[in-house]
This record gives sequence, structure tokens and C-alpha cells, in this order.
Amino acid sequence: METVESIKANYVLGSDEVIEMQDVWKTYPNGAHALQGVSVKINRNEFVYVVGPSGAGKSTFMKLIYREEVPTKGQISVNGFNIGKLKQRKIPYVRRNIGVIFQDYRLLPKLTAYENVAFAMEAIEAPPKLIKKRVMEVLDLVGLKAKAHRQPSQLSGGEQQRIAIARAIVNNPAVIIADEPTGNLDPETSWGIMQLLDEINFRGTTIVMATHNKEIVNTMRKRVLAIERGQIVRDQQRGEYGYEF
Amino acid sequence: MSFRTLLRHLREGAKSVIRNGWMSLASITSIIVSLFILGVFILLVMNVNALADKADSNVQVNTYLNLNVDEEMRETVRQEIESMPEVKSIKFVSKDDGLKELEETLGSEWLEGYSEGDRNPLPDAFEISVIEPTTVPFVADKISALNEKYPVEPILRVKYGEGTVETLFKITRTVRNIGFIFVAGLALMSMFLISNTIRVTILARRREIGIMKLVGATNSFIRWPFFVEGALLGFFGSIITVGLLFAGYQRLFAAAQADMTLAQSLIPLGDLWLLLGGIIIALGMAIGIWGSTMSIRKFLKV
Repeated sequence: METVESIKANYVLGSDEVIEMQDVWKTYPNGAHALQGVSVKINRNEFVYVVGPSGAGKSTFMKLIYREEVPTKGQISVNGFNIGKLKQRKIPYVRRNIGVIFQDYRLLPKLTAYENVAFAMEAIEAPPKLIKKRVMEVLDLVGLKAKAHRQPSQLSGGEQQRIAIARAIVNNPAVIIADEPTGNLDPETSWGIMQLLDEINFRGTTIVMATHNKEIVNTMRKRVLAIERGQIVRDQQRGEYGYEF
Repeated sequence: MSFRTLLRHLREGAKSVIRNGWMSLASITSIIVSLFILGVFILLVMNVNALADKADSNVQVNTYLNLNVDEEMRETVRQEIESMPEVKSIKFVSKDDGLKELEETLGSEWLEGYSEGDRNPLPDAFEISVIEPTTVPFVADKISALNEKYPVEPILRVKYGEGTVETLFKITRTVRNIGFIFVAGLALMSMFLISNTIRVTILARRREIGIMKLVGATNSFIRWPFFVEGALLGFFGSIITVGLLFAGYQRLFAAAQADMTLAQSLIPLGDLWLLLGGIIIALGMAIGIWGSTMSIRKFLKV
């Protein structure tokens, strides 16, 4: 289902897919069929919610995109890379196109906020001058420039998630994969995070976000993919959450 | 890799060595023990080889002639021996020369009277040197066999340093073999200890590695600090080992010099220390790097 708005967005930004899955299956060694024939296209600059009951395959769906998992069958391309057939040593270069955010932030506890963000740039061997400039820039964007030299333990949950977001976007990825980014946060803080993600999306980054937060999905209307029993059962522009829990 | 990245890897590697304090110490100690024993064996082999060389040059076959051998017969025997392909040189020592030699070693008062007239009891003799020391027993047998060729047996007795040569060769070989087995076993042990130490680092830094991989760090970028850590452990261990070996050998050498009977028994190593030190340090670092490779391989899949 296409809305006037999405057609307009595609017209303005071009309709090239940044993520494409074709008949993707994922069966784990224990025999569990996490995904069963999923096909989907996600365009550049889209904001997509992935919803569905626990254990329905949301996490597998997300992990396949940043190649934490490899599909058993089918094709996945991310930002032009066919990641199903990717050689081991090329994986890092694909990951540089993807920023990942988790429910539990995954910051390094001994490093300061600044160092946590800079770490992501050092790991891909960015030039030091650029690192300094860019890290301060994204810390400013997430609103934590003033707390750059605090360690995660000295920051609130929402602030830690903002640092994690800063780290995810610091290398200018084409896509952000957010696996329940507000799962550990109170409603008010969650809205702050959502506004930040919306802002990042507005600046041109595709966002794929798995969530259980009904209020957010129903208020900040975006495309919704519902996954149940390893299949996409609903794909709706400006969709709603559709579950009672 | 840029210079800056290299510095970062060195810094990170050094940091883990310090952070893993006791584990690092255990690894370094195990490297010291194995390389020290290796060093001792190398020094031992070098000294035994030198000793064997010295002994080789002393090896000669002494052939004593029967008293009834006349000059003509003596010349025939001399030619026979000289024509053997194994023989390097032959020297005739008359009974008078023999007595003189004996007088020099024992003192003339013991042999008074023997030099007059026909009272010299010593036989004439040939001193024979061979080209290849290992053929000494064979040449001795060949000379003894000359007795069967002539109606009157010309040879009284053939004598050589029986046993010494063989024993020395045997010792060298045994020392080498035992040393090899010992050192291989100990090197393996150090490798496992190092790989364990590095596994601890990896476990402690699993989160960090996970994030590095997530943001797209290459495997070699992740691997380098662990290589550095392994190499540093190996380097420290081997440097200390070289120091210990050097100090120990110098003291032993000095002590041997002071004791007249041992003065000749230890060889001065001089420049060979550079070679020996180089070998030990290279080996130590190789053990360290190998150990670190063993433990990171499986962590870097995916």
C-alpha cells in the first residue's frame, strides 16, 4: 500500500532500495525456522518499524541485515552489497555502511562518552584530525557535547543510548539497525530517543527499528513490517502497531 | 597500515601485558624455562663438539714393531701403511726416540741404565695419523692384518685411543637428541600458556571486539594487538633468558680459567653470543606469536 507521502518521498530522493531481501530463509542448527521465505524492499531514507510477537523472527531479520547471521537460502543485498555471498574479509567494509543500536546500549564501560564514539572511528582507521571534529559534531547532534568526558556509569539510560546512537552514526552509515532501542527506557526518555532517530532519518539515513512499543508506533506513524512465525504478515505505510501488548 | 595505527597496536598490546600481570608473568617464566634449557643444551653441544674436535686431532694409531724386524722389513711395512687411502701421515719413532720421550715425561732418574747398549726395552714404532677420525678403528684393523701377509710377523701391537672417539660422538648425539625432545616439549608448554594468557585478554575484551566488528574493523586490525601481546611476552622471556645464559656462562668460564685442569674445557664464545642471542629471541617471539594466533583464530570467525 503506497501513500501520497511515500510516493512523494521516493520522487524526491530516488527510489533505489538500500535493503532488499528475496525469498530469505533462516533455519538454525537446532531446526528452528526463524524466517520462512521473506521478501522485502526498503528504500533509501525510509523509516521502518519491525513489529511482532517475541520469537517471531524479528531479531533474526535484523541480524541478517548487519550480517551477524547468514541466510540459509535466498538473497540479501544491503547498500549494493550482496551480503549472502560475501567473502569473509569483505564483511567489515559492508558493516561500515550499517550502524547498529541495541536495547542494552553496549558501551565500553571504561571509556568516556567521547572515547566510546571515537572508538568506532579508530577501529576503521579514520584520520585523527577527522575523528576529533566528527565525534564532537555527533555528540552535539545527540545533545551530549557537555558530557563528553563522562563515563557511561555517570550517565542516565537515555544518555547512554544517545551515546550509542552517536557511535552508530559517526561513520555516516546508509542504514541504522535499531533493535528495541527504547526497550529499557521510560516513556519520556523514549520520546527523546525517537525524536533523535527521526532527526537522523530526516538527514538521510535509513532506519530499521524493531520495537514492542505500541504508543510510539501508533503516534509516530511510519512504515510497519509485522513478522509472525518467520513471515511478513503485514507491510503498511504509516501503519499501526496492531497488537495489544 | 599507517604508523599511527602501528603505534596504537603496540600500545594496546603492551597494555594487556601489564593488565594480565600474573598470567603474563607465568607465560614469561615458562618461556624463560624452556629457552634457558634450550640455551644450555646448545652451549653443551657446542662445547662437546669443540672437545670432540680437539680429541680428533689427538687421535693417532700407534703401531709397535716386533724386535726382530729389520730395516728392510720396516721400510716395507711403512710403505704398506702409507699406501692406505685413509692414512694422512706416518712417522717413524725409533726405540731410542721412544726412550727419550719417556724420559721427558717421567724424568730420567727412573730410567737410568736403560739407555746403555742393548738394554732399551722399547720397540720401534710408527705414529700414524688418519684423514677422517672415525676411520681410526678400521685403519688399526688393517694394520694388524699385515701380520698375516708375511712369514715373520712384523707387528707387535697396534694401539689407538680406543673408545674415546666413539664415546664423544655418542655423547654429542645423545645430548642433541635429548635436548631436542626436551626443548620441543617445553616450547609447546610455553605456547599453551601464552595462548591461555591471550585468551584471558580476549575474554576480557570480548565486548570491545564485538563492537569493533560491528562498526567494521577488519580482522587484522583486531588481531594485531594480540600478536603484539604474544610477541612482547616472547621477547621479554627470551631477553631475560639470554641475559641469564650469558651471565651464567661467563661465570663458569671464569671459574674454569682459574682452575688449571679445566682451563681448556670451556670454549670462549665471543661473537657467537650475538648469533645465539638472536636465535633465542627469534624463537621466543615466534612461540609468543604462535600462541596468540592459536587463541584468536576461533574468536574472529563471523
